[in-house]
Amino acid sequence: MRIPILKLHNYLLISIQTELDDQTAINFQEDLLREIHTTEATGVVIDLTSVEVIDSFIAKVLGDVVSMSDLMGAKVVLTGIQPAVAMTLIELGIHLQNVPTALDLEQGLLKLHQEMGE
Amino acid sequence: MNSLSYVSIMKEWDIVAARQMGRELSKQIGFGTVDQARITTAISELARNIYLYAGEGQICFEAIKTLDQKGILIIAKDNGPGIKDLSQVMEDGYSTSGGLGAGLPGVRRLMDEFDIETEVGKGTKISTKKWVR
Ligand SMILES: Nc1ncnc2c1ncn2[C@@H]1O[C@H](COP(=O)(O)OP(=O)(O)OP(=O)(O)O)[C@@H](O)[C@H]1O
Ligand SMILES: [Mg+2]
Repeated sequence: MRIPILKLHNYLLISIQTELDDQTAINFQEDLLREIHTTEATGVVIDLTSVEVIDSFIAKVLGDVVSMSDLMGAKVVLTGIQPAVAMTLIELGIHLQNVPTALDLEQGLLKLHQEMGE
Repeated sequence: MNSLSYVSIMKEWDIVAARQMGRELSKQIGFGTVDQARITTAISELARNIYLYAGEGQICFEAIKTLDQKGILIIAKDNGPGIKDLSQVMEDGYSTSGGLGAGLPGVRRLMDEFDIETEVGKGTKISTKKWVR
């Protein structure tokens, strides 16, 4: 399964709508880095509104995506993390520090604009 | 209602199958959405550990009842390599696979009861319960 990546100006938008198994998560990581490279995007919003489970593996992949994109010069914002998912992550002991987040896609785009002073 | 069910963990997709079954059952038992997320996440951690470290095993689910409580029992068992130092693997951040090492200590925090039996060379059995509040 492949997660669609949309391009909007110099941003990439991703809304994860499927149950995330490990392989899908890893494919997504590779696809996104490739897209950042070919489109020279400067910002990425990953919307997690429909994601019902983030376990330690998926959390690690997401955290890695943020640091890797950062290295390539693209800021990533995670949006729409459900309350139940946020609580579960903290109880798992995963704090996703240094990962920019926002309430929804719109706020996420706003945050990118601000961070890049545009 | 069938109260005892299991998923064999042999390939990566079985991790998803196990958590879907766990979510379905915890919904039926009457857990709220936050507890459903806790239970589903715990199952995901246990199933992935089986897949990664033992190669194959089973996750069993059971709806349980006492006089005044309802809950879910999850048993993860495998005939894999077992765990040499139990206190070490229960520490946050300990991992032999470059993971976050959040799995087992996390499961203990997400669930209400947690019990682990393991023997090197024989396998591992983790039983964990959560009660409806
Ligand atoms: N079923 C098992 N059989 C053998 N060893 C296991 C089993 N489950 C866990 N372990 C050992 O315990 C360690 C800790 O497991 P834990 O799930 O806490 O972290 P992890 O799997 O390494 O990383 P994470 O779960 O955060 O991705 C593992 O690295 C592994 O060495
Ligand atoms: Mg683990």
